[in-house]
Amino acid sequence: MALLDFGAAVARRRPRAAADGLLVRLLARPSAVVGLALLAIVLVAAAGADRFFPEDPLAMVALPLLPPGEDPAFPLGTDMLGRDIAAGVFHGARVSLLIGVVATLVSLVIGVGIGALAGYYRGALDRALMRVTELFQTIPPFLFALAIVAVLQPSIPTIVGAIGVTSWPSLARLVRAEVLKLRTSEMVEASIALGAGDARIILRHILPNAAGPILVSASILVATAILTESSLAFLGLGDPNVVSWGGMVGAGREVLRTDWYVATLPGVAIVIAVLALNLLGDGLNDALDPRSGRR
Amino acid sequence: MSEPLLAVDDLVVRFDTPRGTVSAVDGVSLHVARGETLGLVGESGCGKSTLGRAILRLVEPKAGAIRFDGDDLAGRSRAALRSARRGLQMVFQDPAASLDPRWTVGDLIAEPLHIHGVGTRAERKAKVRDLLRQVGLPPEAAERRPHAFSGGQRQRIGIARALALDPKVVVLDEPVSALDVSVQAQILNLLVDLQERLGVAFLFISHDLGVVEHLCDRVAVMYLGRIVESAPREALFRRPAHPYSRLLLDAAPSLDANAPRRTPAPASNELPSPYDPPSGCRFRTRCPHAVERCAVETPKLSDLGAGQHVACHRAGEI
Repeated sequence: MALLDFGAAVARRRPRAAADGLLVRLLARPSAVVGLALLAIVLVAAAGADRFFPEDPLAMVALPLLPPGEDPAFPLGTDMLGRDIAAGVFHGARVSLLIGVVATLVSLVIGVGIGALAGYYRGALDRALMRVTELFQTIPPFLFALAIVAVLQPSIPTIVGAIGVTSWPSLARLVRAEVLKLRTSEMVEASIALGAGDARIILRHILPNAAGPILVSASILVATAILTESSLAFLGLGDPNVVSWGGMVGAGREVLRTDWYVATLPGVAIVIAVLALNLLGDGLNDALDPRSGRR
Repeated sequence: MSEPLLAVDDLVVRFDTPRGTVSAVDGVSLHVARGETLGLVGESGCGKSTLGRAILRLVEPKAGAIRFDGDDLAGRSRAALRSARRGLQMVFQDPAASLDPRWTVGDLIAEPLHIHGVGTRAERKAKVRDLLRQVGLPPEAAERRPHAFSGGQRQRIGIARALALDPKVVVLDEPVSALDVSVQAQILNLLVDLQERLGVAFLFISHDLGVVEHLCDRVAVMYLGRIVESAPREALFRRPAHPYSRLLLDAAPSLDANAPRRTPAPASNELPSPYDPPSGCRFRTRCPHAVERCAVETPKLSDLGAGQHVACHRAGEI
């Protein structure tokens, strides 16, 4: 009888697909909604850059230092060389996102790989991999990236590579700690007892259960990569052939006191992108925990 | 008796810790026959769980042999062990911790089938439904995740997973200790029922004598890494031969307030440090009958007849 009741209860509460549930839970969190909305703005800007501003954003198109609102054709004004700031901000979104995402993917591959191997196999392999990680951590990542880009010549691939190669150590340590914790859990022991191989245990049980912290970290890493790219460009080590938010801030720095908008508007774009990713990371953190409240 | 299904011979498990070496399992031998239930009882910390996990090679034994269905498991490499695992499964104490919270119940129960490449997708699905029915859960349960279930239901899921490969032996590590008493009875009845239907043998690890009496054909009593007595259930509960077995039985709560104590009060209730176990008989520091010989000579398991074995120098006199 009790069993029948239970069956009915299960039938009433319809099962929901996991991905579906994640989005629903994400949308239940205000900070995640704000983050998603801001990120959507940046994505629309990046995707629509060519449509809204088909001309080369590095071309001189108007009088220099036109303040925002003065000429309806250039709503955000122009810089010292008469380049359209709105076009620069839109095209810059594309470069920033591209570099942020690809550099983070590089970082994820290295960091998750090293962290998972070290945490799962422990022993000598762990010690060796952690010494390498510490070696990388002793060098300040920004200076390291700066040095790599300076030596290899600034271009999008070298900037992506430099950011990716310098930003993985913290991720590797995070993944290692998560794997160490899960490695000795009964859940993993149960899989070993069933006869599961190492690859299956790592890929199907351990990493999915560590996905929360990894995803949160990844969204922060994208934000950090965007900041690093902007800083490199600010210092003149951006790809000279593409427009970049950091480069625009760097160029506008000299006229900040007289024409504030040249440096500030691309700066606001950086703030929006980085804030969006941080808020999204927080929201994901909550929403990905299967034991947390709303379900 | 024919060759036992599972035979553990002189198994040793040691842990190296910063405080020293602990012999959690120190030369244990036991055997489980086809379709029978062997209970393994003892206080927490006596090494009974470690023994169970060592049989499945979840911890590595330092010495000894584990023979299962004609194969020696102790000497095998991890990869070579996988095929043997089909016949030897485990149910864990905490079903909440041993079921991956991200997987659906159906995927969890089908995982052993996936690992060993059993059946097609449709066959596996049918098998999962069948297993759920066998453990008393509705087929709809397959779509949900473990946290949607109560502790007892989760343990049913754990049992269904352990039975997926039609094992010959299942090691049950305190499978009901984490459950409410009313739910415990349901799970125990389910286990008895499953054993009757499937003919599977159980190694049932527990600290609860009441549970062991309900379920087991034979009982082995473990103290500080060693088996001190093993006997058919009737014999152990009627006339325990080892002072420690008597102590355990006296400590078990009884409904009969006038039940006679079988043994004088123990010399001490303190469990000796496993880092520095007593010489000779390990129980001697708590034993009301200890004599000088107990400190010098380690007692061996001796046959009292009718399947009862005891490791005590004074078993005949006390």
